[in-house]
Amino acid sequence: MGAQMTMQTTPEHLEYVLRLGDAALIHGQRLSEWCGHAPVLEEDMAMANMALDLIGQARLLLTHAGKLEGQGRDEDALAFLRHEGQYRNPTLCEMPNTDFAHTIVKAFLLGSFNLLLWERLGGSGDAELAAIAAKSLKEARYHAEHTGDWVIRLGDGTEESHRRAQAALDVLWPYTNELFAPNATDDAVSAAGIGPAWAELAAEWEAAVLPVLKAATLTVPARTPFQSYGKFGRHSEYMGHLLAHMQHLPRSFPGATW
Amino acid sequence: MERKEWPLWEIFVRSKNGLDHKHCGSVHATDARMALQVARDVYTRRQEGVSIWAVKASDIVASDPDAKPELFDPAEDKIYRHPTFYKLPDEVDHM
Repeated sequence: MGAQMTMQTTPEHLEYVLRLGDAALIHGQRLSEWCGHAPVLEEDMAMANMALDLIGQARLLLTHAGKLEGQGRDEDALAFLRHEGQYRNPTLCEMPNTDFAHTIVKAFLLGSFNLLLWERLGGSGDAELAAIAAKSLKEARYHAEHTGDWVIRLGDGTEESHRRAQAALDVLWPYTNELFAPNATDDAVSAAGIGPAWAELAAEWEAAVLPVLKAATLTVPARTPFQSYGKFGRHSEYMGHLLAHMQHLPRSFPGATW
Repeated sequence: MERKEWPLWEIFVRSKNGLDHKHCGSVHATDARMALQVARDVYTRRQEGVSIWAVKASDIVASDPDAKPELFDPAEDKIYRHPTFYKLPDEVDHM
């Protein structure tokens, strides 16, 4: 692999891969919280499968990030031994599950975004990233389809399911601003042919998401200037607890295996 | 409160091309799309399949277990229906 990596690793390249890896890790961690708690057995399996897809992606991405960094950190060191401010996932990923509707709406908004991202990253100048994208794209397709169907089922379902889906969308929609916030990292990575600036995906993402929300009879909240900053390392109040939960075991028993 | 169960679907999985779909279990799902999705999640997690059929359980017509004597027992003493009584010429390789 080292010989293949002809391009000089820049801090922006590393930062970009960390964002992808942390987004998959934290979103996957949240989904995994449903294991054993979903409303029905079938959906329990679906959630756990999606979580495992995402954690699998996180493993590949963080392993890659560790190599780009060149400091000898592996996937576990990056996943479990960093502090809150060092995580680069968008805040939306760490938002709590709250109820099934929140989880579904969140997984749909993120899944639709990931689908576009992996499509574009298939042509990345970083060969390792392109390979990870090819694998992840198939998984993202299923996530977007499964959660999209559920958004419609809940939104256009009963009075109660509609109320919950709308409440979820009202809470989560403002956090999608962050996905498309322009920044220097994205500019550099885009110029280097490693991946798209996320802002470039905004129009395509809306074109994919809005028809589903409409079919679900949900009202899309008006855009506000609200900004969250998770991908810049400034997280919500929910992140600390999530990390404490996720890191507890590897920090208590360093190097534990089974 | 009235309890509304999702319909039951019987799931058939083809393990590889050329083989038949085999019944492997059932799932509850609100509609056909969901039945296929959750069948995929429940029954093909370990590469068990390349194709899935979902059939509404209520659409399956089944024989009556109580009718077993008249349906199946009469075949019991007609072993000549098995092809094992015929002597095959040596030239016939595969039967």
